[in-house]
Amino acid sequence: MEFFRSHVLICGGTGCHSSGSADVMETFKTELEKHNLEKEIKLVQTGCFGLCAVGPVVIVYPEGAFYSRITADDVPRIVTEHLLKGRIVTDLLYHDSIHEDEVIKSLNEVEFYKKQKRIALRNCGVIDPENIDEYIAFDGYKALGKVLLEMTPEETIEIIKASGLRGRGGAGFPTGLKWEFTAKAESDKKYVCCNADEGDPGAFMDRSILEGDPHSVLEAMTIAGYAVGADQGYIYVRAEYPIAVKRLTIAIGQAREAGLLGKNIFGTDFSFDIELRLGAGAFVCGEETALMASIEGYRGEPRPRPPFPAVKGVFGKPTLLNNVETYANIPQIILNGPEWFQTIGTEKSKGTKVFALGGKINNTGLVEVPMGTTLREIIYEVGGGIPNGKKFKAAQTGGPSGGCIPVEHLDTPIDYDSLAKVGSMMGSGGLIVMDEDNCMVDIARFFLDFTVDESCGKCPPCRIGTKRMLEILDRIVEGKGEEGDIEKLEELGKTIKSASLCGLGQTAPNPVLSTLQYFRDEYEAHIRDKRCPAGVCQKLLQIIIQADLCKGCGLCVKVCPVDAISGERRSPHTIDQSKCIKCGACLEKCPFKAIVKG
Amino acid sequence: MSASILQENKEKFEELQRTIDEYKDKEGPLMPIMHKAQDLFGYLPIEVQEYIAEALDIPVTDIYGVATFYSQFTLKPQGKYTIGVCMGTACYVKGAQAVLDELKKELNIEAGDTTEDYQFTLEATRCLGACGLAPVIMINDDVYGRLVPSDIKGIIDKYRDK
Repeated sequence: MEFFRSHVLICGGTGCHSSGSADVMETFKTELEKHNLEKEIKLVQTGCFGLCAVGPVVIVYPEGAFYSRITADDVPRIVTEHLLKGRIVTDLLYHDSIHEDEVIKSLNEVEFYKKQKRIALRNCGVIDPENIDEYIAFDGYKALGKVLLEMTPEETIEIIKASGLRGRGGAGFPTGLKWEFTAKAESDKKYVCCNADEGDPGAFMDRSILEGDPHSVLEAMTIAGYAVGADQGYIYVRAEYPIAVKRLTIAIGQAREAGLLGKNIFGTDFSFDIELRLGAGAFVCGEETALMASIEGYRGEPRPRPPFPAVKGVFGKPTLLNNVETYANIPQIILNGPEWFQTIGTEKSKGTKVFALGGKINNTGLVEVPMGTTLREIIYEVGGGIPNGKKFKAAQTGGPSGGCIPVEHLDTPIDYDSLAKVGSMMGSGGLIVMDEDNCMVDIARFFLDFTVDESCGKCPPCRIGTKRMLEILDRIVEGKGEEGDIEKLEELGKTIKSASLCGLGQTAPNPVLSTLQYFRDEYEAHIRDKRCPAGVCQKLLQIIIQADLCKGCGLCVKVCPVDAISGERRSPHTIDQSKCIKCGACLEKCPFKAIVKG
Repeated sequence: MSASILQENKEKFEELQRTIDEYKDKEGPLMPIMHKAQDLFGYLPIEVQEYIAEALDIPVTDIYGVATFYSQFTLKPQGKYTIGVCMGTACYVKGAQAVLDELKKELNIEAGDTTEDYQFTLEATRCLGACGLAPVIMINDDVYGRLVPSDIKGIIDKYRDK
């Protein structure tokens, strides 16, 4: 076995990858070779560290030096200073990762990580996801061994039931019950599926788990296969996630080679194999019956339940379907016991939840917190608050199925039931923060536009109803709203919720209904005063030159594409509102900040 | 089936046939085969749909139904570079619409269309999952993040004659 004096961990998650971490990795390789250090220092490309906002992220152990926003140009300095001479390059460190006396904090002292508890993400950013040995070294496949060699399928299901784990895909159905139903169904053939069709805009939890720790999902699916009596698994993953697909493919190959997938696993007579199936860009395929239709090779249209998948699923056979994050919890529950899992979280929501923090927040990225943590803690402590001193307006959870939570509910503890109570839902874990510059009517319109586009068209309430709602919202943001529109939206929303076939339609009105509940005054301002209080809706905007600030430099005249601006040089200019197309080009260009939206 | 497209793309059809052979006897073979066809041809011309229909012995309407249901399959030839503007929530609240508008202006096409020289296809896409870098666009496999509309021209110019 080789020993290394230092480990350099480079984040290879999607956020950091997009910011150029592959270049950083390559440069490290050549620099280490240049200094003959490749035998002393090990480079590891890991999954997501979570703090995407300051990526690419590089951590050097044993010191635990947390370098942020690293470019290829910074690498030679880190190699010669830190790795060769042992002097940490403090100016490249993440600002919150050192004490005032420049001593390095351990990761759980850093504000971003302090309140986090990583179960599903435990290996993300720690191990090399393309190396099965690293997973095994962190107790990987130990839970599978324990289940296969020491436990019966019934005992396995009992543990999952006792843990209180609920589905992390959004609806929160008790996982153990699902396993039990599938186990009890009688059939010559059963399937275990993984829903990795993470389609909520602003959500990338499942992606990060698949990219950072793919073996945990494979191990959990194999355990599930043993528990319910299946020998074949499918992972249905979005084709938009190329890195996840690649790492899953590698992981499946390695597990087969190691005898952890395939025939007679751990020398028992249990056999199980997993195949990948790629989605093709249809949001509705995240719904379980639509997903199964898609695996079978049909249009991804949902069908009524019952029969539930546990009775009649893929290819007409009993099928267990869980979400990626749900599976990622399983090996830890088996190893540490259900009592341990029970101690984390709230009474009815056990364990942790991963959230993708995005929008108007300083620490955009991936966080995992115990259930029951409040929104305020997530946004202001873990998330580092809102940039540019702006005011918080709402947090959107649950994607197109969820709602917007206003400031008065910031102290809501995050769990399935509390979120439902305030008109939103847990959803898969996207958490988008909005500030005073976001228009809530525009946001509601944005989500409706999404659902109209993604509605499969099978059932009329969803196909026609959401379209009618969108038309009303379009009118409102264009300044053509009428008295009675709000009531019509509410009535349509309620009908669509109660009459739609699947989860997509049943939840599609939520963004509109929840913004109507909390931000009704914004709708009223659009409809009655033809005014967008946040200054977002273009048709309701006027762009104005403030005469006292305008120096008459003429830059705006040059940049205006429709010649709407005129004025004498060195005296205040004016905008002809009938010509102005509100493109905002003048606003960006003005050096004196004299042009404003109003 | 038109013989000429078969002749002109002999190698691609041979490769498609290998994928068909691999999946033909598995359950639910259609989607993986269509993914492969889209990779090979860049879109799904009717001749390719007919070819798959014959090979799997299913009606071509089934294939057309699947091809039109999923947004990743396309019946029109695509540009050399596909520009995807992420319209996920995180990008949207950080100004993705303005970035898309700038691209429309720069390329003089609407979202979903391809430039006349087949250099660029402009798409408004679903969340790309790079929310930390919002707003984000992807040009083939290259990702550009934290954009403002004034960045667009410089980025597009890099791909103009490539």
